[in-house]
Amino acid sequence: MMCDNCKERDAVINLTQVEHDTKVTLHLCEQCAQQKGVETGAAVLKTPLGGFLQGMIGKGGNVLPTPADGLRCAACGSTLKDFRESGRLGCSQCYDSFAPHLRDLLRRLHGSSQHVGERYAPPGAEGATDPRLQLLELKEQLRRAVENENFELAAELRDRIRVLE
Amino acid sequence: MIDLSLLPDGGMGWLDASGPKGSIVLSTRIRLARNLEGYVFGQRAKDADRTAVLTRVEEASGASDLLQGAVTIRLDQLERVDRQLLHERHLVSKELAGLDREARPRPGAALVVQGTVGVMVNEEDHLRLHGMRSGFALEDAYADLEGLDADLGRLLPFAFHPEFGYLTSCPTNAGTGLRASVLIHLPGLVLTKEVGKVLQGLAQVGLTFRGLYGEGSEVVGNFFQLSNQTTLGKSEDELLDHLGKIVRQVIEYEEQARDVLLRNRPLPTRWPTRLGGHTDC
Repeated sequence: MMCDNCKERDAVINLTQVEHDTKVTLHLCEQCAQQKGVETGAAVLKTPLGGFLQGMIGKGGNVLPTPADGLRCAACGSTLKDFRESGRLGCSQCYDSFAPHLRDLLRRLHGSSQHVGERYAPPGAEGATDPRLQLLELKEQLRRAVENENFELAAELRDRIRVLE
Repeated sequence: MIDLSLLPDGGMGWLDASGPKGSIVLSTRIRLARNLEGYVFGQRAKDADRTAVLTRVEEASGASDLLQGAVTIRLDQLERVDRQLLHERHLVSKELAGLDREARPRPGAALVVQGTVGVMVNEEDHLRLHGMRSGFALEDAYADLEGLDADLGRLLPFAFHPEFGYLTSCPTNAGTGLRASVLIHLPGLVLTKEVGKVLQGLAQVGLTFRGLYGEGSEVVGNFFQLSNQTTLGKSEDELLDHLGKIVRQVIEYEEQARDVLLRNRPLPTRWPTRLGGHTDC
């Protein structure tokens, strides 16, 4: 069936309106339906979290208000809009960049936003003298030195790595 | 062609039904989602980022006491049939194996496997540590994994936040990053048509169920994966205790259903293979 509005594309939406006891049924394609402000479902994301986010917004919730969509993570450049569309965050710093919005979302998802499980101590916080850690750290420094073409430092790091190995 | 002799038990140890409650629970799997501080997450990562993450994980694996002798398999260098095989043996996810229609595994996609534990590298999160045991063995599976998590956490800078816990690409995994799944066989509850009530009850107690191959997979052969839905706001022990209690109840219901079936009627000649479908024995 063709779209009643544009008469060009196939109709995929049946819109029934009742006005003053008169029932009007319109068969619309997706584009025309969107132009008329009809929710087609095309914008609803396929990911479960995306669906959840859309659902919250659809119910008049205020989880991720549109004006804040432009909020950007300084570390990776992701915006709140990117997150709202994909359901995925760009980097660990996004959690701080979007903290007020995420806190609310996490409470809705998990019932809490406060981690109570195992605490993590990053490398260096303990046992900085562990030769395994020193070796890995030196290798990382070496890789960066080579990338930056700092060959003098790279040679020095290489020698230190050889000693540790 | 992948050399299956490199995999402990050919990657099939979890399937031998030798574990506790093996007549009902096929296997127990726990995974921990971890990301590296200073690297963009999977969704935004470019090929070079993924390769850098893999290099760091390989170096850490070499230094890890618990991963000595581990096998590293590059998914991005395997034929589709080999990737499919690893997925069927529950060693890698469909996403990591690049098995969705036209998809290919992304550069840097790898599996590090050692005994009952493994690490998927460059999945949705940089690292997905997993432990698998035959039968109903939440404690043992977590004990394996806890050690590996601690060891790798000393060698790699995990992304961690004092309020939100371990930071993950998707907020549904944040906090502990822990998802424990019990693969359970419930033909008795399906035949007595009680399974619907059980599955409905799961959602009310914060658990969820999936099909044989995890997220997005179909329920086949009366196999259900029961797992925790939330990962934040409860400790690892609380999450495992809660899942364990509920699974023990479901095991009881299944045993009762099997007793009823054996008492009331002879063994069926046709077994249901999925909700609503049947096949001949």
